[in-house]
Amino acid sequence: MFKALGKQIKIIWTQLVSLWLVFLHLFNKADTVEYPDVMPYMFPRWRGRIILTRDPDGEERCVACNLCAVACPVDCISLQKTEDETGRWYPEFFRINFSRCIMCGFCEEACPTHAIQLTPDFEMAEYVRQDMVWEKEHMLINGTGKYHDYNFYNVAGKAIGGKGKGEAQNELPPVDRKSLLP
Amino acid sequence: MFSFEVGSLLNIALVLVAGLVISIMMIWVERRFLGFFSDRLGPNRVGPFGIFQVIADAVKMLAKEDWIPPFSDKFTFVIAPMILPIVMLMSLGVIPFAPGVGVMDLNIGLLWIFAMAGLASYSTMLGGLASNNKFALLGALRGAGQMISYEVFMGISILGIVVLSDSFNLREIVEAQEDGWFVIPQFFGFVVFMVAGIAESHRWPFDLPEGEAEIISGYNTEYSGMKFGLFMIGEYIGMVVMSAIIPVLFFGGWLAPFGLEFGNEIISGLFWMGAKTSFFLLFFVLVRAALVRPRYDQLMSYGWLVMLPLSLINLLITGAVVLYQAG
Repeated sequence: MFKALGKQIKIIWTQLVSLWLVFLHLFNKADTVEYPDVMPYMFPRWRGRIILTRDPDGEERCVACNLCAVACPVDCISLQKTEDETGRWYPEFFRINFSRCIMCGFCEEACPTHAIQLTPDFEMAEYVRQDMVWEKEHMLINGTGKYHDYNFYNVAGKAIGGKGKGEAQNELPPVDRKSLLP
Repeated sequence: MFSFEVGSLLNIALVLVAGLVISIMMIWVERRFLGFFSDRLGPNRVGPFGIFQVIADAVKMLAKEDWIPPFSDKFTFVIAPMILPIVMLMSLGVIPFAPGVGVMDLNIGLLWIFAMAGLASYSTMLGGLASNNKFALLGALRGAGQMISYEVFMGISILGIVVLSDSFNLREIVEAQEDGWFVIPQFFGFVVFMVAGIAESHRWPFDLPEGEAEIISGYNTEYSGMKFGLFMIGEYIGMVVMSAIIPVLFFGGWLAPFGLEFGNEIISGLFWMGAKTSFFLLFFVLVRAALVRPRYDQLMSYGWLVMLPLSLINLLITGAVVLYQAG
């Protein structure tokens, strides 16, 4: 009988303790961030709205290699390659369907030219579903994004107008394979 | 007619309006305090501190489709949500808020409260049965099981007070506490009645008929719109009634503690009654925030094996002491 009594007293005691501990939370500061009034700090590497960047010379970085479209797990990127008169590749159109996009950032990792980047902006709600489809002119920005000095064509071996073979940074002149001289 | 005597029109209007407004505002107060207890802010958007949240909720609830399931027993389905607020408002009528403030002065006030509380469980049971839905039926079943668990010891826990004050009239019970609140001689009665009161108003942690984690929403699964709203308002009125009846029975009702009476006895009485009621209302919210729901059989065995013997022993000792003092 005393054992049962002790058990009941223990039950009541634990309930009272949890009442008291919860009561103490009344004096804690709330953890809530009142979002529309107070913007939360978004980290620079937050995976939010996708942008297309330009190189330091102001040209489009995207070379339409389609690696982002291949990497995309939900197939929300579609683009078409074209070439300008200097031999530079660029996308004719570049379209992202943000109603499908899951902000995984695989496209950013796949991109060889740092063209496609994810930004901390997350406020992307729209009333019309069609407005979620973004074209190149909506995403292309005038800056370099997270990588300020990188210019793909300056380090790549491809010859474009104004830069021949072997003129890129850290690139040796092409070897003349028909000559045996060193 | 417009004077402060029990049953005057002024009193009826005052009690009805104050009871309804306080019950409805408790929805906001409860959500706000639940937020504070869990380190959140709670609803604070609509109006200053969010006090108009209730109006937004009411507009939403009234604008919803009021759907009566075609497979339900339609008449009972409509009747069931009306019972709860009506009986709860009727039990609000006998509560003595201050000398001369109250709707009814019954010499069986305490029994009236129990009668109304017993009727309130019909709302749960009929609502669950008429819905013709498994989960609603389970909720109704739990409501019935809970009712036979707590009603017995709830009645017996109060008998100690009846013995001490020699009356069923709530005003006489309050006046009998002039010399000291009944919470001291009737401490175990108070504990048992507190538990029974939480169970009676179907509030957390004894919201077994609802049990939204296990049986969706229990007896009101099929209810929508203002029919659900009536269940909800009835529950909150029940919470106000319980928070008002506990001070009346155990904490001296309108009597001021430590002789802190001021001004008119009606104003002072309303103030102290309001303060004590608010304390218990907030305690109900704290209990909801802190404690977890027991299992259905746990409540039943707890009621019959712990609470019932405790209240019987309390009654026995109280009776013995009163007889001994009478000589």
